[in-house]
Amino acid sequence: MIPADRFQRLPELLADDADLTRRGHWVEVDFRVDIGDQPFFLGLGGGALTSFERGPQLMRSSTFAIRGSDEAWTRYWQPIPPPGWHDLFALTKRGAASIDGDLRTLLRNLQFFKDLLALPRRLPEGS
Amino acid sequence: MAPALDPMVGRYVRLQIDGVDHRLYFEEAGQGMPLVCLHTAGADGRQYRHLLADPEVTSRFRVLAFDLPWHGKSTPPDGWEKSEYRLTTASYTATIRAFCRALELDQPVVMGCSIGGRIVLNLAIAHAAEFRALIALEAADFQQPWYDTAWLHRPDVHGGEICAALVSGLIAPHSPPASRHETLWMYMQGGPGVFKGDLYFYRVDGDLRDKVKTIDTELCPLYLLTGEYDFSCATEDTLRTAAQIVGAEVQVMKEVGHFPMIENPTKFREYILPVLAKIR
Repeated sequence: MIPADRFQRLPELLADDADLTRRGHWVEVDFRVDIGDQPFFLGLGGGALTSFERGPQLMRSSTFAIRGSDEAWTRYWQPIPPPGWHDLFALTKRGAASIDGDLRTLLRNLQFFKDLLALPRRLPEGS
Repeated sequence: MAPALDPMVGRYVRLQIDGVDHRLYFEEAGQGMPLVCLHTAGADGRQYRHLLADPEVTSRFRVLAFDLPWHGKSTPPDGWEKSEYRLTTASYTATIRAFCRALELDQPVVMGCSIGGRIVLNLAIAHAAEFRALIALEAADFQQPWYDTAWLHRPDVHGGEICAALVSGLIAPHSPPASRHETLWMYMQGGPGVFKGDLYFYRVDGDLRDKVKTIDTELCPLYLLTGEYDFSCATEDTLRTAAQIVGAEVQVMKEVGHFPMIENPTKFREYILPVLAKIR
């Protein structure tokens, strides 16, 4: 399974996590995550995904975007990621991911977003 | 039933740092050679609570962990509200030496982590004769920044939460969840702008490139240990630094991140006890 197919499972992973849903209660934002060459457009509100669309969307705006290579997400989502591939900022420091746009909502809720993006780690490898 | 007391005792010491009155909080336990422990940026001496409670350490060492001014239970000096807090190489060095003098410590060992590790390198450069041995955890002469510290202190972002969330990635995935979150809790409790002020030393004022090669380990032994999951002070940063210092002993700690003594005390023990055993 390619990394984008693992990310496709994000809505169910978040819905199953009552703690993360609680911590994300105040987050309201539209943002973009690129898994390799596959863009995803996500909307968050009240701790849940209000929208989740895969693939290019015409004239869609996003407050911020997080982009990573297939290799970055594959290693990041290993059950025990290797050193230097285990955190969003480890990925950006090594140039395997980037973060841009208006970062305020991201940084006000940074642990929530880190934990959200790490959810596919819970899927069995190869699933 | 007797109360289940931890062995360390906390006290306040009055001293002057660069002519300014301070009241510093410290905890201590044990008897023997003094071992002064320096916490990471934006945290406090509680990071050493496991070492302070380890009989294998406290049977040979008098372990002392103080909170830097502005940190933990050490209050800032009078008038702090009129200026921006910034730690510098000079002020950090002066604080450590003032603490050692005030406690009348004879030839102490100093162990520091992160900014504490960096300043240990400066002690080795500038004041080696005053110390019995120096231990630098997660230390290098310089390391590449990985975020903009301007986000750490502004009214629209919770300082404690962003500090903790940023450094959470520096903890190894192997570290026990309870220890991980205890580490982060301390970051959430820092005063406004304090972590940012500490990083002024780390990022701007404390560049020790070119200076570390002057360290004389005959005068004072130097040990460097860095966790493999620390991407802030990466293992290659520490190895590059150690390669410039004749006689420095260096070790990479497996399955450990940037906060070895508090994120995974059991694993840290495996690495630090053999180092402490070499110190006489």
